[in-house]
Amino acid sequence: MSIVDRRSLLVAGAALGLSPAQAQSQTIRIGVLTDISGPYRDPTGPGSAVCTEQAALEFQGRGLTIEVIRADHQNRPDVGANIARQWYDQGVDAIVDVPTSSVALAVSQIAREKNKVFLNSGAASSDLTGPACSPNTVHFTYDTYMLARSTGGTMARAGGDTWYFVTADYAFGHALQRDVTRFVEQAGGRVLGAARYPFPNTTDFSSFMVQAQASRAKVLGLANAGTDTANCIKQAREFGLTRNMKIAGLLLSMMEVHSLGLDVAQGLVLTEPFYWNLNDRTRAFTARVRSRLPNGWPPAQVQAGCYGATLHYLKTVADMGAAAAKADGAAVVARMKAMPTDDDAFGTGLIRPDGRKIHPTYLWEVKTPAQSRGAWDYFNLLATTPAEEAFRPLAEGGCPLVTRS
Amino acid sequence: MDLFGIPAPLLFGQLLLGLINGAFYALLSLGLAVIFGMLNVINFTHGAQFMMGAFVAWMLLNWLGIGYWGALILAPIIVGITGIILERLMIAKLYKLDHLYGLLLTFGLGLIIEGLFRNEFGSSGLPYRIPAELTGAWDLGFMFMPVYRGWVVVVAFVMCLATWLVIEKTKIGSYLRAATENPALVQAFGINVPRMMTLTYGAGVALAAFAGVLAAPIYSVNPQMGSNLIIIVFAVVVIGGMGSILGSVLTGFGLGVIEGLTKVFYPEASSTVIFVVMAIVLLARPAGLFGRS
Repeated sequence: MSIVDRRSLLVAGAALGLSPAQAQSQTIRIGVLTDISGPYRDPTGPGSAVCTEQAALEFQGRGLTIEVIRADHQNRPDVGANIARQWYDQGVDAIVDVPTSSVALAVSQIAREKNKVFLNSGAASSDLTGPACSPNTVHFTYDTYMLARSTGGTMARAGGDTWYFVTADYAFGHALQRDVTRFVEQAGGRVLGAARYPFPNTTDFSSFMVQAQASRAKVLGLANAGTDTANCIKQAREFGLTRNMKIAGLLLSMMEVHSLGLDVAQGLVLTEPFYWNLNDRTRAFTARVRSRLPNGWPPAQVQAGCYGATLHYLKTVADMGAAAAKADGAAVVARMKAMPTDDDAFGTGLIRPDGRKIHPTYLWEVKTPAQSRGAWDYFNLLATTPAEEAFRPLAEGGCPLVTRS
Repeated sequence: MDLFGIPAPLLFGQLLLGLINGAFYALLSLGLAVIFGMLNVINFTHGAQFMMGAFVAWMLLNWLGIGYWGALILAPIIVGITGIILERLMIAKLYKLDHLYGLLLTFGLGLIIEGLFRNEFGSSGLPYRIPAELTGAWDLGFMFMPVYRGWVVVVAFVMCLATWLVIEKTKIGSYLRAATENPALVQAFGINVPRMMTLTYGAGVALAAFAGVLAAPIYSVNPQMGSNLIIIVFAVVVIGGMGSILGSVLTGFGLGVIEGLTKVFYPEASSTVIFVVMAIVLLARPAGLFGRS
């Protein structure tokens, strides 16, 4: 059962005088498979669909007919896999977004099986370009390794040498904890303990906060995302953990900061490769999409990633022709890797043989209420990591595509 | 001193935290039990009404400048009134039908309410602060106890006790109990049973909203905050015995403690343990621990 709540058909092919049958066969179908009703809705969800549609809009008049559809995977691998299978069988050429790593890993497998394209932006597990890499998958915005290296590595080097993790008990949380642990140990630190809690459906984290406190670790590592992270930070403050521990929100994003409010979130450090107010290009992109985003909020990093990934995909499709692109997903991805990327949200970058899109990443500090000059003015830039250093080195991921070539 | 490999002070702390979570379960399952006892409706909108309580508190603060203490009184009244409207317009039409119809209607209504709030406010939540009078924490020696959590346990306990007293010891409570047993006979004595049912539903919903206001400062105020709890609370009511008020309250606190201990020994199972208990209780005592078969 798929829930397709809106279809938008962007007819550009008609302008070229193609017959309806020709136009139909050459329509590029993009499915945004995302969390529309759960905890990851705000940072992904309808906003991801809007940003994907924006990329399609910018391709109007270039000889492509593009259709964008969307569905809710409810963060369940079985539901997501069913929709993906159905979509690919019904002529969807590329699936975009797919937050929740367990769902994304399933979709990546199906895209490969059916030789279609999977443009991942929302899921974070670095396994998608590691042991589970695929010639049909591109991993755009971020991954657990990059978050671990930036936020985790920075805190470990700044004296945070003992850690206690609160980890969402599924693929993403495990990957994030594993990747952070590596950087902590590299910096000479130790992990003193970890609590894995059931995801979703955990609201109260007080028990884990007290356990973390009792461990006497210096850093509380939150290997979770969305409302779980917000709940953890709120309850960590309530239980006074911040008096002698530092909080590492490893996938903390603008949306959680917004939901916590600056008085609770101030001073936290986080990593995002996209922030709407970073430079002129990101502001220009924000201005183009903002009026159509839910609640008129600025785009979040994953949503921007859907835009960047779709734009690069469509460039590639335009370059090789819709018919060829529809016939062979792996060929499209191979061509995407051969072309440099350039979009307003992430600037210039490239896609590596393992499917990892690389771009610079930024370490941010949440502003104090006094520093913030208006709505959504949340971050001070602390540091920039160049694209080549931000992600896991190609040889270390264990991706079979790399060792073979 | 260690108990089961865990330092005793840590274990006491976890028992206390379990009790606090149990307070939420008790308050919510109390409302469910009152509604089921009187209306014979399994109110699956309860989670959404809990969430509405938290959101109304946020609205009162941000739109009207009314703080926590005002919200603690006003939000249950406001949400209770929406419950009364809901009962009059829809739920009242289902009393003569099978339980399942009421369950489906209230479940659907819950999803709709949650969806409306999600569209309006997003999924990531809204900030709501602990009132200034209740910030800070006590150092108990074995753990750091936030003042606000202490307040939650006390106020939830008082609320449960008050509800129990009203139902068991007052005249209106005796009408209510009588109407549960035999509505036709009570009506024949000149008591307006339909109105009593409406007010009972309103009161049950107000209890959920009250718990929602209590939860707003410590949990993220988001549209799905209730759906995470409702299934657990439903299990609490089943274990306690459908419609048994004392059973719901005691089971609520008890299961909070069991869940809290699971979070220490095997956190992965903490969302499952309550259902394991439910299965065992249903096998051994199908009417629940305090239910009458």
